[in-house]
Amino acid sequence: MSAVPIWLIVLIKAVIVLFVVITVFAYSMLAERKVMGWMQLRPGPNRVGPWGLLQPAADAVKMMFKEDLTPQTADPLIYRLAPFISLICAMGTFAIIPFSANQDGTLWSVGNVNAGILLVFCMTSIGVYGISLAGWASGSKFPLLGSVRSTAQMISYELAMSMSVIGVLILAGSTALSDIVNAQYKVWFVIPQIVGFVIYLITAIAETNRAPFDLVEAETELVGGFHTEYSGLRFGLFFIAEYLNMITVSCLATLLFLGGWNGPFGLPSYGLLGLLWFILKAGFFLFFYIWLRSTLPRFRYDRLMAFGWKVLLPVATLNLILTAVAVAVWPTHV
Amino acid sequence: MSDDRKNLFNVGAIVRGLSTTFSYMFKKKPTVQYPSVMKQHAPRFHGLHELRRYADGKERCIGCELCAIACPANAITVIGAENSPEDRRSPGERFAARYEIDELRCIFCGLCEEACPTDAIVLTPRFEMADYRRGAFVYAKDRLLVPPEAGVGTPPDERPGGIPADLGGVFRAKDTVDITAGYEATNRGHILKEHTRGGEA
Repeated sequence: MSAVPIWLIVLIKAVIVLFVVITVFAYSMLAERKVMGWMQLRPGPNRVGPWGLLQPAADAVKMMFKEDLTPQTADPLIYRLAPFISLICAMGTFAIIPFSANQDGTLWSVGNVNAGILLVFCMTSIGVYGISLAGWASGSKFPLLGSVRSTAQMISYELAMSMSVIGVLILAGSTALSDIVNAQYKVWFVIPQIVGFVIYLITAIAETNRAPFDLVEAETELVGGFHTEYSGLRFGLFFIAEYLNMITVSCLATLLFLGGWNGPFGLPSYGLLGLLWFILKAGFFLFFYIWLRSTLPRFRYDRLMAFGWKVLLPVATLNLILTAVAVAVWPTHV
Repeated sequence: MSDDRKNLFNVGAIVRGLSTTFSYMFKKKPTVQYPSVMKQHAPRFHGLHELRRYADGKERCIGCELCAIACPANAITVIGAENSPEDRRSPGERFAARYEIDELRCIFCGLCEEACPTDAIVLTPRFEMADYRRGAFVYAKDRLLVPPEAGVGTPPDERPGGIPADLGGVFRAKDTVDITAGYEATNRGHILKEHTRGGEA
């Protein structure tokens, strides 16, 4: 084992994780179209391959053959760079997320960072640059409006999101994702942190620009929002980034609140069984996002802001203070 | 603002909405998988036209142009000619030398069917007529007339319900109308002008 250099192991792990994550992206996209179809009394895509299972491949081929347009008024360098910022940040988070663990505590992740949760938030925050720069560099008004909205929305909701997560960090006493999961061995944090969990769920939707908070790409108002001018593979990169962010927040919700790869009621689970639990929980969140998208209409912009600043942030702060006080007063119970 | 707030915090409404969409997920979908599954159409569905024959193989159409007159969309062009004793095409004095229907103009109202004194022109349930060339939508006798081997054609009142085997199928006979020359060469005005010019000459 010692003969294999550490960088090679990390590289192999990274390639495997990327491959799996991209596959999950492709099929979560298909799942979204299928589930939304069912909820709208349609069968969803079913023409390409059995049960529409080759639809992602067909879409990828279509994207590749589309013309790659750059508007005359665009800032060419930033315009071309923006999708990569989005995608790389979205992919980067998967380097830190542990999907399961062995019985001896070895994590199934590319790397275990002791400030894991902070790093994930850093990545997603930098990912906003992709969207903002895309809208700004497109050189037309709708993408610009979309990127302005995205910046405002991300900043507003990131506060409440961080506040809701700090409660978990206090309970776990660590920022490493593995420690947070291990701290939920007996009781998932969704029970003591139910308020934080709900706030996290809501803000996570806003952070990933998903309905009902998809004002960044509101078709009816902004054509396509920040990606109006993008076509072909560059649009595809944004698309991948959006879904990867969705998967990231689903994984984070699992790790922070639903005990990661731990089974319910303190059931021990390691290795593949742990991975199964993880996939089940994260899959539930992915389904929940699709479910919400086909149910709720888009928020009005002022309501979105009012909701974020006047409701979510105060409630999250209150939750944080109460958690901190509780931990300070009864430290042994935690 | 109070109303806004009430709507914003109406969690019950959100839960109701979520349960509605969830239950719809398992409902039967009304979608008909069209090309692989043919939907049952009405027994007297108005589709592509057909020119019928008598049992002895003679054409029913006598070139009277009543269908062309009845047509509200001016889609039918009929140019009749005298039957000659050695080559009788129809039992009457005259027959249709040219009979063309512009299916792009046709509104499939069935008035031609009603106007016809010999039940020669009828509407069939066939409807798959798509083509990339406009000229291909002008159906002449070669595609309208029932081929002799296909029998006499079904009168509209006796058309069975259910899905006929050739639903959508159009006779794949070679078209004599000049499709490649474009739509203009095949439209009604052009044909009539050409005809009258020919008559004068």
